[in-house]
Amino acid sequence: MLSLNNVEVIYEDVILVLKGMSLEVPDGQIVALLGANGAGKSTTLKAISGLLKPENGEVTDGDIQFQGEPIHTLPAEDVVRRGIFQVMEGRRVFEHLNVEENLIAGAYTRTDRQNVKRDLEMVYTYFPRLKERMKQSAGYLSGGEQQMLAIGRALMAKPKLVMLDEPSLGLAPLLVVEIFDIIKRINQEQGTTILLVEQNALLALDIANYAYIMENGRIVLDGEPDTLRENADVREFYLGLTEVGKRKSYRDVKHYKRRKRWLS
Amino acid sequence: MDQFLQLTLSGLTNGAVLALAALGFVLIYKASDVINFAQGEFLLVGAYVMFAVVGELGWHWTVGIVVTVLVAVALGMLLERFVLRPMIGEPIISLIMVTIGLSSLLKAVVSGIWGTDERAFPSFIPSDPINVFGATVTTDKLWAIAIAAVFLVAFNLFFRRSSSGIAMRAVADDQQAALSMGISVKKVFAMAWSISAATAAIGGIIIANILGVSGNISGVGLQVFPVVILGGLDSIPGAVLGGVIIGLLQAYTGGYVGHGLNSIIPFIVLVLILMVKPYGLFGQEIIERV
Repeated sequence: MLSLNNVEVIYEDVILVLKGMSLEVPDGQIVALLGANGAGKSTTLKAISGLLKPENGEVTDGDIQFQGEPIHTLPAEDVVRRGIFQVMEGRRVFEHLNVEENLIAGAYTRTDRQNVKRDLEMVYTYFPRLKERMKQSAGYLSGGEQQMLAIGRALMAKPKLVMLDEPSLGLAPLLVVEIFDIIKRINQEQGTTILLVEQNALLALDIANYAYIMENGRIVLDGEPDTLRENADVREFYLGLTEVGKRKSYRDVKHYKRRKRWLS
Repeated sequence: MDQFLQLTLSGLTNGAVLALAALGFVLIYKASDVINFAQGEFLLVGAYVMFAVVGELGWHWTVGIVVTVLVAVALGMLLERFVLRPMIGEPIISLIMVTIGLSSLLKAVVSGIWGTDERAFPSFIPSDPINVFGATVTTDKLWAIAIAAVFLVAFNLFFRRSSSGIAMRAVADDQQAALSMGISVKKVFAMAWSISAATAAIGGIIIANILGVSGNISGVGLQVFPVVILGGLDSIPGAVLGGVIIGLLQAYTGGYVGHGLNSIIPFIVLVLILMVKPYGLFGQEIIERV
């Protein structure tokens, strides 16, 4: 459905952030994109959704195809119209609009106005808490509710592909589990394809069908979640698991760079 | 009592015009963070276009209003496309300079075409004296208030109900997030400028109907500042209420205290408001979750 081939992104004409990024998102699946801070995960999503331009970024090489058509030269509004919706990092709800108006803003590109009301109800069944706060300013919602609103806003656009940028950011563990459950339900019930960017690798691997691990602007490892979970390096660096009972010294931690055997 | 009613009514009329001008100002500020110093000239353009269509060409006043609104919309769009859009990303002070330049330019163009003499406006609104609660007032003022009210209500509905209106407010809130929603920020800016020019043009027509057509009309633009600062730079209900309050204050001070004071009073209010409520009566404070 979506494929990135050797994509290179440069900010401000000098800062090379993506260095030959390739990725495949098949129809109807949940694909996770994992990686440390600064690996280029958010840049990847912005390159897809056309949001690089306001930040002075540009795709300089490679191509991004959605349903067989190149989209990396399209402005953001056309990408949304084609069915790709990005839920930005840090929720970014419209603070001075109330909950319902936020959802209506999400449906901006829809042409079938008469169905918008029905979809509002659909969002409210996924997130009953939003219904209770329908008329409240989004700025005064709790962090979890704002994340729900951000996801609900994406649903209102009826996208084929939703890209979620760190939905767990700054939320309590229990809430994160709840949100991930809903993401999974949306994928199954609405058939929406999901590209999930996460720091919380454990949870992301739980719901994903396939996962990519990114470092330094390119993919270094990919596979089924089960295979990745078994990988010693993933276990150590992303899941924080070591062999039980073994002492860890600072020396071992310092080996971090050397131990990353997939790095070029 | 009679005088009080008279003053209230002319205050409301003035207030309605101020509210229309301020509404446009707030719109532009809300959508694009630009402080538009040329707002007064939009009133001027509106008044003169109406004068040209009805007074010079002799067409019916309904046609006049339609043509004026269309011209204003086109003017707003052109200004946004060719003057403001190239300025995106420039420092705010440059933008302010550009709008100040625009104001001089528009004023010059208008006086270049129609000259600087004061002309009589073809009064299309009947100004028969009628009796309201024992006070004699002219109907043109009542009409002015009614016209302004209709437009203000319509715009309020537009912002609350229509998806374009909500999109405009979304852009005002968070441009990048709006972009990610597929909202075209360029389109929203163009819309803000054209609606703003149109409301101001309506205000210009109303004020020209009462005062006659002359270059002085653009002076109303200066009074827009106390109005929007009183109401809150980014609040539409604030612009309306601010307009009415300033209009009434001016009328009362003019009537009861003395005529010289009424043009100063808005600025005294402005200073007081800034001391007590820096965001204005309804201005958006920065929401901070605790």
